[in-house]
Amino acid sequence: MSQVLDTPPLTAPTPAADDLAALAARHGLTVSGARPSLPEYVRRLWARRHFIAAFSTARLTSQYSQAKLGQVWQVMTPLLNAAVYFLIFGVLLGTKKGVPDYIPFLVTGVFVWTFTQSSILSGTRAISGNQGLVRALHFPRAALPISMCLQQLQQLLFSMAALVVILLAFGVPVAFSWLLAVPALLLQFTFNAGMAMIMARVGAKTPDISQLMPFVLRTWMYASGVMWSIEHLLSKHNDWPSWVGPVLQANPAAVYIDLMRFALIDSFHASQLPAHVWAIATGWALLAGVGGFIYFWKAEETYGRG
Amino acid sequence: MADHTSEKIPTVIADGVDIVYRVNGTGAGRGSATAALNRILRRKNAEKAAGVRKVHAVRNVSFVAHRGEAIGLIGTNGSGKSTLLKAVAGLLPVENGHIYTDGQPSLLGVNAALMNDLTGERNVYLGGLAMGMSREQIKERYEEIVDFSGINDKGDFITLPMRTYSSGMAARLRFSIAAAKDHDVLLIDEALATGDANFRKRSEARIRDLRKSAGTVFLVSHNNKSIRDTCDRVLWLERGELRMDGPTEDVLAEYEAFTGDKTTKPKPKPRPKATATKVTQPS
Repeated sequence: MSQVLDTPPLTAPTPAADDLAALAARHGLTVSGARPSLPEYVRRLWARRHFIAAFSTARLTSQYSQAKLGQVWQVMTPLLNAAVYFLIFGVLLGTKKGVPDYIPFLVTGVFVWTFTQSSILSGTRAISGNQGLVRALHFPRAALPISMCLQQLQQLLFSMAALVVILLAFGVPVAFSWLLAVPALLLQFTFNAGMAMIMARVGAKTPDISQLMPFVLRTWMYASGVMWSIEHLLSKHNDWPSWVGPVLQANPAAVYIDLMRFALIDSFHASQLPAHVWAIATGWALLAGVGGFIYFWKAEETYGRG
Repeated sequence: MADHTSEKIPTVIADGVDIVYRVNGTGAGRGSATAALNRILRRKNAEKAAGVRKVHAVRNVSFVAHRGEAIGLIGTNGSGKSTLLKAVAGLLPVENGHIYTDGQPSLLGVNAALMNDLTGERNVYLGGLAMGMSREQIKERYEEIVDFSGINDKGDFITLPMRTYSSGMAARLRFSIAAAKDHDVLLIDEALATGDANFRKRSEARIRDLRKSAGTVFLVSHNNKSIRDTCDRVLWLERGELRMDGPTEDVLAEYEAFTGDKTTKPKPKPRPKATATKVTQPS
């Protein structure tokens, strides 16, 4: 066995590099694992749509499969979350002053924010946390962050069912405007998927980022009017420079939260929304969705490296 | 290059392939904060000093595989066999050189896609979809997959979560799912060594079937017998370098002499090279 330490002599004659490249070209062989063109990538991703759906559902169901109450936790978790925020912000800090229908207002905010927050968080770990999958099977890697977001969307739909019960319990009337929740959610999903893809690429290169994200996201949450009304805050602080209001209101998280409140709660009026709110919502969705997708695709062939 | 025999169609061409792993958090400072800070601040110029270690897993490997060949990859532990296989599958990026393939080679294995908390049934679908099969294809083969795995031999286990399976049962189901798909270029990494004797026999037969439908098969194994049974050509990797490439018997004889297996003769290293290298000539 002492021989093992010898540098083994090369026995195979290595053919000249040009020869092999030429041979490959002559027989139409392609570089293994090369990044496909963008349209081709989209096509392959679409071909894997069933995998994306199955993977997200599988992750969702396996999440609570060991719990005694099982899938009940899908609804319980967001409700408990909302209860905690109500205790702190509604009862202890008294943010609810002057906000009509505070509980529906708060719960909608928490649920919609949680959707964005957990999409981004799980997106950060989409590649780095699934290294085994990435190194074992071949599929467009964008399937992973998208599937994570889809899982969060399914989770949100459970929450929305709970939300409807809360709304009715607090006397919010059923209205046609509830239908607006659908386009709002679609736009938010696109935005989240884009953000998840951006973070997936960053997280794949620098896994440390997943340690940092909870803090970034918490800061973002407090700035997004999840548990307080941005409008109220602005009217209380007249001395703030004039650009603060528009900036706070154009924040994508705030836009999607307020759209959902506008859709679901009758006492939340259109006047409380920033101007051109749908245009802003669509703009953010397209910017993050398309930009994130291209940004993610650009590094497609590097995912899976140590 | 000169004598181009039209019959041999190449399916996989490796051209001077180098594969390097980078591992964070090793070396001098290990995980200490200063070392980490160092790493961040000086990332370009002093990768090594800052504790990023490079592991050169495969060095300058070139070969041409043709349609209809079954190629064994052998070598002692850590010689880069599995790494090379992953690179052929396009799952690991190469540092230098190129790997050209005809179609998309696939690694036989779905372990990573399966989830222990889901039932065997759902895992069959999940694994199939992960390999790129359509729902209809999976539905068509579902019975076949379950029967082949033998999971239901001892009762209705396929509707139980996979975490309740014995390790042998889980391994059998994984193999059955993975082997359900037809491949152009099939890469097998020691998949033969799962399950009991009965299942091993069935899986070897299944591999032979797959071989027939696949254009080219690569097999990584430490079992010289299964290499002899399935392969007609062998690549021997040692410390990341391609040490020998030739007909199975020639290379295995050398390899067994090298590892001290079945001590046949003291290594006459330089001699048989001439006979054993003919396969790499680009056709």
